[in-house]
Amino acid sequence: MFHRRDILALGAAGIGASLLPGIAFARAATERRFVFIIQRGAADGLNIVIPHGDNDYAKLRGALAIDPTEATKLDGQFSLHPSLARTAEFYRGGEALFVHAIASPYRERSHFDGQNVLETGGEGPYALKDGWLNRLGAMLPGDDDKAVALAATIPLALRGTARVVSYAPSGLPGANDDLLARVDQLYADDALLHPLWAAAISAQNMARQSGGRQDPASLGRLAASFLARPDGPRLAMIETNGWDTHSAQPSRLAAQLKALDTLVGAMRDALGPAWAQTSILVATEFGRTAAANGTNGTDHGTASAAMLIGGAVRGGRVLADWPGLGQSALYEGRDLKPTIALDALVAGAAAEGLGLDPAQVARTLFPATPKLRPVQELARS
Amino acid sequence: MSISAIALNRFGLGARPDEDAPGNGKAWLEHQLADYDPAPAAWAALPGSTALADAFNRQQAAIRAAPDENAKQPVRMALNLATRDAYRAAVNARATAALATQAPFVERLVHFWSNHFAVSGEKPEVTTFAGSFEAEAIRPHVLGRFEDLLTAVERHPAMQFYLDQTRSIGPNSPLATRVAARNPAKRPGLNENLAREIMELHTLGVRTGYSQADVTEFARALTGWGLIGMGAGSAGHGVAGPTASFVFRPQLHEPGTRRIIGRAYPQSGEDQPLAVLHDLAASPATANHLATKLVRHFVADDPPPAMVKRVAAAFTDSRGDLPAVYRAMVASPEAWHPQPAKFKTPWEWMISSMRGLGLNDPGNMQMAPLLLQLGQQIWRPGSPAGFDDVAASWAAPDALLRRVEMAQRLCARIGDRVDPRTLGDLILPDGALTDATRQAVSRAESAAVGLALLLVSPEFQRR
Repeated sequence: MFHRRDILALGAAGIGASLLPGIAFARAATERRFVFIIQRGAADGLNIVIPHGDNDYAKLRGALAIDPTEATKLDGQFSLHPSLARTAEFYRGGEALFVHAIASPYRERSHFDGQNVLETGGEGPYALKDGWLNRLGAMLPGDDDKAVALAATIPLALRGTARVVSYAPSGLPGANDDLLARVDQLYADDALLHPLWAAAISAQNMARQSGGRQDPASLGRLAASFLARPDGPRLAMIETNGWDTHSAQPSRLAAQLKALDTLVGAMRDALGPAWAQTSILVATEFGRTAAANGTNGTDHGTASAAMLIGGAVRGGRVLADWPGLGQSALYEGRDLKPTIALDALVAGAAAEGLGLDPAQVARTLFPATPKLRPVQELARS
Repeated sequence: MSISAIALNRFGLGARPDEDAPGNGKAWLEHQLADYDPAPAAWAALPGSTALADAFNRQQAAIRAAPDENAKQPVRMALNLATRDAYRAAVNARATAALATQAPFVERLVHFWSNHFAVSGEKPEVTTFAGSFEAEAIRPHVLGRFEDLLTAVERHPAMQFYLDQTRSIGPNSPLATRVAARNPAKRPGLNENLAREIMELHTLGVRTGYSQADVTEFARALTGWGLIGMGAGSAGHGVAGPTASFVFRPQLHEPGTRRIIGRAYPQSGEDQPLAVLHDLAASPATANHLATKLVRHFVADDPPPAMVKRVAAAFTDSRGDLPAVYRAMVASPEAWHPQPAKFKTPWEWMISSMRGLGLNDPGNMQMAPLLLQLGQQIWRPGSPAGFDDVAASWAAPDALLRRVEMAQRLCARIGDRVDPRTLGDLILPDGALTDATRQAVSRAESAAVGLALLLVSPEFQRR
């Protein structure tokens, strides 16, 4: 691992200040934190925030239906999947909010196009080239690193002009200081590689005290170690895969949710006092079919559920304009119908979570939807 | 880059110091279409799908036979280890073939098609068959007709398991009707996964005019596809033949005429899905989709439209004859632009580095975990779309650092057996090596550091 002592030694060896771009030893421009956890693969909202109050649920889901006696009751209509035990505690403490029957503007069923819309904030796939989380970073004052991606590469939501670092735990032995210094010189004139290299060294330094394993708890602690620093990035993105439950859904979804619950719980524990300033948005590209398929799973659908968790969240509520699961209420006769725009939740959560103007955030993140009305009263003031 | 350097680096897998640079780069590429070996020694030494499936089934039976959880646990661990070892051996065979080949252009095409028809080893069956998938479904067909490649790929056990085809059953098939007669709540049903990805990813491309109803109809047409001795419908319906080879099970097939993208498919049984695949392979949307991906791979992240059109026309005019398509690419002036426009993927960078260092095989290195550390787990891209083929997905801070660490580790093994000052002009010929890199290499504190700098230099990370 690379320690600050080494960075300083490298500086003395002639690397110069270019190696330390983000570590301006000043405080970050805001104390608020916003985290986006993407669920890649279309998470099954109906079995995560379960509409037990809707009589059609059990009929449609058959053997896949979650037993109401095992789930955590949220209100008269909804309950929470039993794997989300820590998340249920956050809900009871007023720090978790669930939003149901929610979807991005995308209405087809391709994962890749759906994720493109979810991450760019465009009206349709490939309409925008950069990501909404990057544009959000550009709205924050200062020119430090705005965001960190807990991934070896930068996910689309974070691509764009604002400065972003990426970090993934590595099993390789670290390269020696001499080689790092020479590589820095070698990339000095390369417009693509030079800024990437500077960001890599900066991130490696920030992560030095965190564990190097990729289990959900370590990942949560690692994310928190970036966000908790006084001079650290204020935005983070964490990728989760494996939500595409066409088959063997009960065990797979339970394991997925357990991992998510552990990840968020570890972040809460490691953030310390910064938790009170933190909002975590959990969202997926689209939902899954209302009915179970023939292989103990569900196929690609439309609306799903999203979560907003954190000490800064006005939680303890489920937001939903419930469309119902009766045959005539389903979108195209097969999917949960969207009644809340995910874009409105993103804009509201990001703006209130970071103390920015909601209308301006909405225009910047979702430029193709000028009439978008951000969801209000999501954050504690 | 010169024509020779482009042929070696952009079309090939990187220069080797023990091979002369081609005098005529375009002729060198053409000759490779005759020199390619679909079953080189490294691949031929590995077990095929049938042997892998027999071993898998034996171990599954041993798990079932164990009396309790305590007894099952060691058998399960042995199966996991065997699956891992078979996967690692196959990744090493793939690397050996790429290092030792006389036809690096065609080996690159193997890697391209393997990624176009990506499987991802999240399920143990897919991990087991991932290597034999490339050996049996991709390698024999990369210089043939696209339709043959497509048919071999979709029916291979790796793809059938990956996209859940082994579980998809016609809801009105004889089998489903029998099951439902006993218990109406248990009527088996469709799984749309394979049908959707064939249309979206393997042939037509997304948003090319097909609908959800077309996907569902195609899924109905595909029911009945299965594997001997594995998957749904295999128990109690013993069909003789090698385990895991393709079989059509009429009792699982949804009866009736299918209607897909405005065309009726009245065929019964096995001919029906083949007729759909035939039409998908011949569609102009497929030609455009494949040409776009090929040109993106060989020329630029944003493929030049004129070249895409030309390559798509070659596909259509030749009725999907793949060598004709490759020749149209090589004949395109856009492909010979002297500025390198492609940032190497971890696999490309690792293979070109090892070729550049003169290695003929990975020796005692395990390529699979090394590539995982570089961010590209072979045959496990995480989605049926495969790995991305644009710089934005690979040129990232952490990824760059991993390459530097890997270069240090690779070159430490070489030490001063290779002089980095002479190697530079051999693997980046005709002035492709910049003065800045030449100077950095010559000033390095050791040969190993000099070699590492060469491999991570801006020009060596691109092609």
